[in-house]
Amino acid sequence: MASKSGSGTAGAAAVAEGGGASERTMRQVFVETVEGVMAHNPGVAVVLAEISRDAFRPGPRVINVGIREQAMVGVGSGLALSGLRPVVHTYAPFLVERPFEQIKLDFGHQDVGGVFVSIGGSYDDPVWGRTHQAPGDVALFDTLPGWRIHVPGHADEVEPVVRAALASDDRVYIRLSLRQNAVARPVAEGFTEVRRGSAGVVVAVGPMLDPVLEATAGVDLTVLYATTVRPFDGRGLRAAVSGGRADVLLVEPYLEGTSAFRVGEALADVPHRLRSLGVRRDAELRAYGTAEDHDSAHDLDVVGIAAAVRRMFGSAAV
Amino acid sequence: MAVVNELGFADIPALFQRMTGDEKHEWAAASTLHVLWVLYDRVLNVSPDRVDDPDRDRFLLSKGHGPMAYYAVLAAKGFLDPSTLDGWTGWDSPLGQHPDRVLVPGVEISSGSLGHGMPIGVGVALGLRLQGRSPRVVVLVGDAELDEGSNHEAIVLAGRMGLENFTVVVVDNESGTHGWPGGIAARFAVEGWETSTVDGRDQDALYEAFTAEHPGRPLAVVARISEVE
Repeated sequence: MASKSGSGTAGAAAVAEGGGASERTMRQVFVETVEGVMAHNPGVAVVLAEISRDAFRPGPRVINVGIREQAMVGVGSGLALSGLRPVVHTYAPFLVERPFEQIKLDFGHQDVGGVFVSIGGSYDDPVWGRTHQAPGDVALFDTLPGWRIHVPGHADEVEPVVRAALASDDRVYIRLSLRQNAVARPVAEGFTEVRRGSAGVVVAVGPMLDPVLEATAGVDLTVLYATTVRPFDGRGLRAAVSGGRADVLLVEPYLEGTSAFRVGEALADVPHRLRSLGVRRDAELRAYGTAEDHDSAHDLDVVGIAAAVRRMFGSAAV
Repeated sequence: MAVVNELGFADIPALFQRMTGDEKHEWAAASTLHVLWVLYDRVLNVSPDRVDDPDRDRFLLSKGHGPMAYYAVLAAKGFLDPSTLDGWTGWDSPLGQHPDRVLVPGVEISSGSLGHGMPIGVGVALGLRLQGRSPRVVVLVGDAELDEGSNHEAIVLAGRMGLENFTVVVVDNESGTHGWPGGIAARFAVEGWETSTVDGRDQDALYEAFTAEHPGRPLAVVARISEVE
């Protein structure tokens, strides 16, 4: 309990040490954007479960249900059924994993929309251990039809993502993290080509872009950047592989291979190779330390990604 | 418009039989039947031509299992054409063993997995209150369904938020394995709800319970069902 409510401020403190170039955290931008929209749109309401309770200005449309995640999601569903646009927000494992059946039934099966926003990522705060890690969140949403999934790579990418989500009727999951790239990229619906090469394609999701760019420096590769992973831009990927070899390295900040089936689908009629990097599936990592330690353990740091690049595209250095 | 088709409580056995076939008395054993009838006949401000009216009352059948009584009442009240009951649970029937709000007009939530209706109902009641609307929200749960912890999250919330427009009716046929020492009503009362416990087959008593004043607090009605001999 203490760690849950404590995370309301711990996240903001942590970003001061290792949060990158932006002065604001993704969560701060998320809160400011939602409050800005709420100021003129009475149809938006926020449901919280203690976490971030102090980040939002109190008001009748900011509903803190206490440490009751099943009720948090159910209440969000009921708000949607009553005609409001709910924003449901807490720390990733408590947003997605604990009340997963409520997400499946109270939103999907009821056929209502809502905006789910998590903080914490795969291992933003590794000193808290496994209970506060949710590398499987995107894979879980992938078992349900109709969800849009956004993984911003920079705090400045959060506002357009949140604004679009609030303006739609869709079911949307937005995965916020303390990890971010040095600069923001324009938020696009599909993949953005950051670099063009001919030996293959690397898809970097959200905060993985900077380590991917560094790990692929001097290699003749196309680098695609994704803030929107569902729907998956299969058309963009096909276009990217059409100019060279259809070899794809997928680098995601959550469970390894989460988007592999989407790559396979997009390239179903194209002979291709695929290698997926992400949080390892084979064992639970019982270690604390820093997020960078965990990057290293999952081969998601520059060294690990560069090694995968060499193995896959070995002779492509330019 | 649908009023011309409206049927009475005496028509329920025939409607039931369209789903249960030869079994003549199954309707009498349905624990939810009288509660549903009183709600739809005398309490709820709903009608088939207002299923999208934002000011309609909301009835959420959380205990979605055993929905024949629900379907029969919806048919009697004109939400469903009685002929729809004939092919129920068939491939292209809108009527399954658990109701689906997307398929059945007038059904407010899809249910089947227990413990979802009450938190959703709290959200609907809150949402209506935030929009300055005054319909009441009624959720039906079973006594065994109360085992699910999600209900207790909702009971606390509704009490603390003083959700006056929120009513829960617990159909209590003592089907829970571990029971509720001290009674079901006490679980609500301790959280600040107005409560009453009545005979779940006494339609006048149910009506009195549903229409009792409960200013500033939610209402729980425990409808006790004894076994039919």
